[in-house]
Amino acid sequence: MSIEVIKPGLLTSLQDAGRRGYAQLGLGRAGAVDEPSMQLANALVGNAGDEAVLEITLAGPTLRFQQDAVVALTGGLIEGRVEGQALPAWTSCFLPAGSVLRLGGMRHGCRSYLAVRGGFDCTPVLGSRSTDLHAGVGPLQGKAVQAGDMLAIGEHAAAPWFQSTQGMQALRWGLDPQPWLDYERAPLALLRGHHADALDEASQRALFSQRFMLSKDSNRTGCRLDGAPLQLRQSLELISEATLPGTLQLPPSGQPILLLAEAPVTGGYPRIGQLAAVDLPRLAQRRPGDTVSFRETTLDEALQRLGEREAALRRLLQRIEQRLESA
Amino acid sequence: MTFALADLPIEALAEDAWLLRFGDTIDTAVNDRVHAAAARLQANLGGVECVPAYASLLLRFDVAQWLGDDGRFSAERLRAAIAAAWDAGSSTGKTPREVSIPVCYGGDAGADLHEVAAHAGMSADEVVRRHVAALYRVAMLGFAPGFPYLLGLDHALAVPRRSHPRIRVPAGSVAIGGQQTGIYPQALPGGWHLIGRTPVCLFDLAAASPSLLQPGDHVRFRAIDEREYERLAASAGL
Repeated sequence: MSIEVIKPGLLTSLQDAGRRGYAQLGLGRAGAVDEPSMQLANALVGNAGDEAVLEITLAGPTLRFQQDAVVALTGGLIEGRVEGQALPAWTSCFLPAGSVLRLGGMRHGCRSYLAVRGGFDCTPVLGSRSTDLHAGVGPLQGKAVQAGDMLAIGEHAAAPWFQSTQGMQALRWGLDPQPWLDYERAPLALLRGHHADALDEASQRALFSQRFMLSKDSNRTGCRLDGAPLQLRQSLELISEATLPGTLQLPPSGQPILLLAEAPVTGGYPRIGQLAAVDLPRLAQRRPGDTVSFRETTLDEALQRLGEREAALRRLLQRIEQRLESA
Repeated sequence: MTFALADLPIEALAEDAWLLRFGDTIDTAVNDRVHAAAARLQANLGGVECVPAYASLLLRFDVAQWLGDDGRFSAERLRAAIAAAWDAGSSTGKTPREVSIPVCYGGDAGADLHEVAAHAGMSADEVVRRHVAALYRVAMLGFAPGFPYLLGLDHALAVPRRSHPRIRVPAGSVAIGGQQTGIYPQALPGGWHLIGRTPVCLFDLAAASPSLLQPGDHVRFRAIDEREYERLAASAGL
C-alpha cells in the first residue's frame, strides 16, 4: 500500500532536512531548499519536523493514493484538485484510499512541499532521505520521482483530528502562508564575500543596486543570475575552497551564481557574497524569470534575524501540535 | 608543525561556517598543516564538521549549540572551544594511512597516455614508471563524492587540461589535470587526461565508510595488466 506516481510533474524529489557529515568526502547536504516550509508541512500532518516530504517544482505531480492518507501542502501556492474538488493548502487534509491528487501549476513561488502523515518511507542513504540529484545519492537511486514510482507511507496512528474517513476533508483552520511565503519581494540580505573587494567600483555598486534575473538554467544546485556582468578589477588566481548554500560566486562570464541546497562542497570561483541564511527560503521561492536584488547586511544582523525566525518557527510548530491535539 | 591558532586568519563565511586559512597556494606543506589541524580539531571539538581543502579548513557548526548567556550566538564561546581543542590536540600530525590502488595503464582504459607522454617528451612506459613511483596525498575530496584531488605528481607529468572536456569519463579512470592527479569514482564529465583505470570502487553508498579515501590519506598506485584488472573487477562485482 502506497502512493502511485501517475505523472511526476516538472521536478519532484524526496527531501528532508539534509545529509550531514559527508562534506569532507565530497558529498553535500542536499535537503529541502525551503526548509521552514518543509517543517511546517510535516507539522500539519503531525510528523516530526524532519520526515521526508516531496519537493515539487513549478508544476506538480499526479498521485494516486492506494490507502487513506493525511497530507499537507505548504511552500509555493499550487493548484491541487482531488476528483474536481480543490485541495486547500497550508492545512491538514484527509484523502480516502483511491483518491487521485492532481497538482497543477504554481500560482506563486517556485517550490511546494507535500507531507504525508507517517512520512514517505524509504531507506535512508548515509543517514538521510534527501535526494542529491547532482550526485545521484538518495532514495529512488538518487533520482527525481518518475511516473510509475511507488512511494510507501511510513507507519502511523490515525490522525485524531479527522473523525470520519468518508471523502476528502480539511481542517477548518490553516496557516497564513505569510511570512513564510514571500509576497513582498524586498531585496535579499547579502553579506559581502571574501572577494567582493576585488570587484571594480561600478560592479561593487551594481551588486547592491541592480536587479538580476533568475536564468532558466537555475536548479537545486544554484540560481544563475543574469544582469549587466560584474567585473573584477583584475583576474584572480584562486584555489578551490569551501562553498556553501547561499554562497554567491562569480564565474568568468560575470553572471553570478547563488548556490542552493546542492551546492558543491568546494569551488574555485571568486566568492563575492553570502546570502543571509534567513533569506535562503525566500530565494528558493523565486522562479526563473523573476528578479532579485540585494542589500548589504552584517553578520550580526543576519544572526539576529535567523534567531528570530527560528524562535517564530518553533512557536508556530508548537502551536500547530497543540491545535491538532486539541481538535 | 607547531603554530599558534591565533596567527590564523579566521573568516566567517556564513552564520554557521568559519574558514581557517593556512595559505593561498596548492602546496604539500600547506596542505599537511590543514590535515594536521583537521585531525586536531575533529578529535576534540564535538558537533563541529571539519572540511579540509587545499589550503583552508571549513568549520561548520550548529548556531544553536553556541549560544551565550543572552541566548544569542556567541562567537567568543566557539572561538574559545576551538582554541581549547587546538591545545588539547597533539602538535604532530598522525601518520597518514597509505592506500594502494591498482591501475591498468594505457590501452582503452588510458586513452590519453600517449598524449601525456608526447607532452612530457618521454615514453609511455616512463610516464607510468613515474606515476607509480610517487607518493600522493589526498589534499581534499570534491567535484563528486569520493573524487580525490591528489598532490605529489612528478612535475614532468603535468599537462594542461583538455581543451574539450569529455562528456562521460568512465568510473575508475585515473587522470592527470595540470599539476594534479585524480580518480573518477563514477562516470562523470571531465577535462583531465585519462592515463589508466582502477577496478577498485572508490565510493560505495552501502559501506559504513562510503569513501575508500579520506582527506589526508597517502596513496600509491600499482601497475597491473588487463588480466589482473579483469580478475579484480570480477571479484569486486563490477
